[in-house]
Amino acid sequence: MFSKKQLFTRGMLDVAPHMLSVVPFGIICGAIGIELGFNPYLVYGMSIIIFGGASQIVFLQLISGGASALIAATSVGVINSRHLLYGAVLSEYLEKLSFIKKLLISYLVVDQGFAESNKFFKKNKTEKYLHYHLIGTGSTLWICWQISTLAGIILGSFVPEELGLKFAIPLTFIAIIVQDLKKIDHVIVMLVCGLCSLIFFDAPFKSYIIISPIIALFVAALILRFKK
Amino acid sequence: MTWLSIIIAGILTYFTRMTMIALVSRDMLGDRIKAVLAYVPSAVFPAIIFPAIFINDYGNFIEMNDPKIFAAIVAIVVGYFSKNVIATILSGLISYWIVLFF
Repeated sequence: MFSKKQLFTRGMLDVAPHMLSVVPFGIICGAIGIELGFNPYLVYGMSIIIFGGASQIVFLQLISGGASALIAATSVGVINSRHLLYGAVLSEYLEKLSFIKKLLISYLVVDQGFAESNKFFKKNKTEKYLHYHLIGTGSTLWICWQISTLAGIILGSFVPEELGLKFAIPLTFIAIIVQDLKKIDHVIVMLVCGLCSLIFFDAPFKSYIIISPIIALFVAALILRFKK
Repeated sequence: MTWLSIIIAGILTYFTRMTMIALVSRDMLGDRIKAVLAYVPSAVFPAIIFPAIFINDYGNFIEMNDPKIFAAIVAIVVGYFSKNVIATILSGLISYWIVLFF
């Protein structure tokens, strides 16, 4: 049986290797916000209010490209809908917590923390204070994300515009999904989404960012049906 | 206005995190929906990647010899084999700058 403190520390250590990607990602996120001409307070405010790297970059890019506030907020919701899946998996281990604790711990559920804590939970199902591991991974990621976006905001004001740092946006997302190129079903879904985004690029309010994922998810559902 | 939409985006995001943990029983999401949700990254991010590479600041398609296409291919190859996020982004940026400035 581990103590609360041991579990918390274990969570921090388990998630530590991910800092190699989280910190540069946070720096890019902050720097891009400045590069796109946003108020630094606004760029930083997102890291606390939204706390979701990819969706923050998408939000900034859409608003700077002239998308409506509604489209930008909705696409953040679509991108972050994957958390529903994480929540569904984690809820098994968090069932015994009080409602308030569940509400608080939810804020800390992010990709890397989910991945590491879920791995740990599967191996240590009987631990009493399991959730401290999730608090350990989540709060470590939270603190690093805050510091690195701040660093990016400061650095961003020094980066000359000619460098075209904006190009780091598609590269960041390539880095996120590139491993899924191994799976043919994912490749099909990606191509459908990408082609739709080019076809519908001129649709009003930048709605291609919502239309394309919906079509692609529909194709994903069809693929799943054929797989059976 | 932008602040307001950030707050709305933040509330939406918080709900995606909290709903399954605190509000509904986990059996609410059927296996089918869970399987579809696993495709979310592949179904969302290409809508950022493709226009950012193939469409320029003025809303027109770029030429096939644009440095961005070359740099994206480098990033995909490096990312695929290195499995490293920083290496992917840096290799793409550096090859972009090399073509752009030399």
